[in-house]
Amino acid sequence: MEKNHNVSRRQFLTYALLGTGGFMAAGLIMPMVRFGVDPILQADAEDDMIDVVGVDELTDVPQAFDMEYEQDHGWHVEQVTETVWMFLEGDEVVALSPTCTHLGCTVSWGTDADNPEQFFCPCHFGRFERDGTNVPGTPPTEPLHRYDHEVRDGRVLLGSPSPQL
Amino acid sequence: MLQRIYDWIDDRIDVTPLWRDVADHEVPEHVNPGYHFSAFVYCFGGLTFFTVVIQILSGMFLTMYYVPDIVNAHASVEYLQTDVAFGMIVRGMHHWGASVVIVMVFLHTLRVFFTGSYKKPREINWVVGVLLFFIILGLGFTGYLLPWDMKAYFATQVGLEIAESVPVVGDLASNLLAGGEFIGAQTLTRFFAIHVFFLPGALLGLIAIHFIMIRRQGISGPL
Repeated sequence: MEKNHNVSRRQFLTYALLGTGGFMAAGLIMPMVRFGVDPILQADAEDDMIDVVGVDELTDVPQAFDMEYEQDHGWHVEQVTETVWMFLEGDEVVALSPTCTHLGCTVSWGTDADNPEQFFCPCHFGRFERDGTNVPGTPPTEPLHRYDHEVRDGRVLLGSPSPQL
Repeated sequence: MLQRIYDWIDDRIDVTPLWRDVADHEVPEHVNPGYHFSAFVYCFGGLTFFTVVIQILSGMFLTMYYVPDIVNAHASVEYLQTDVAFGMIVRGMHHWGASVVIVMVFLHTLRVFFTGSYKKPREINWVVGVLLFFIILGLGFTGYLLPWDMKAYFATQVGLEIAESVPVVGDLASNLLAGGEFIGAQTLTRFFAIHVFFLPGALLGLIAIHFIMIRRQGISGPL
């Protein structure tokens, strides 16, 4: 009789104990894991447009401007200053991120004596054209990121940088 | 699948005897609650260890957010408690678990005392157990300060005054604990270091000795 059962008494006990134990262990571990991975599951902070500069201060030569905003670090709010390279392309405002698309160093306009009309990254000699296009044969593989922008009452407001192309 | 992974490893480094030695041992009838219900008192040692494991785990996770600095300590605790998912639960585990550990240690000590398990040849294990008790009290005391709120401050103030009341070395002891004349930034980092490095290190070492002695000497005989 006993032999006909598919699950033996010992097996049933093993399953029951492992199941209950596993359930209890999961109840303990799950909150801690969710607690630890919380940063990757947080919704991205929405982007506010930030007032940076008056349109009349822009020229057709790229100039560095400071973009100031508050960054939320959880229990600490930091005042951040970011540099943006801006110039006028005809009537159109162009705002480029100074972050080199190679490995994230900071580029400046015209600091390479051999290429004064280009953005230059001193880390690995990456170069970009005026419109942010990466110069072939230098380390960067894509153009400088461009800020979303908006002109309101003669002031330039910037959002966040996104890849060109 | 799991069986095959296990066999693959076992073929190479022969883990079976290792875990059998740790996990597979006979329990005498007089400590099995299945035979004598009152034998549940023999669970307190295991429960103490279990709650200690929860304390270590939840504490490790809390340090992902906690900052031992007078400017940010309270703000970081408030953040992890209110803004991080399950923060209230994880901090709750550590907070309430601290009391549970002490209760369990106490019950375990009572059981050992009333069953006479501290007698020869187990005197050394009793001594190690008392040291463990002090270390756990120390963990409770140093952990108290870390949230850096009013309760934390005054609990530590009282603790330091008690240390100061010791004849001759009282002032030295209090200064050594506080890292100075008053409770401040130095006290907080000191208590944090003691709470997460020094005492847990000593705790794990002594627990290992405690457990090895249990396996060496076996569980004491029936009353």
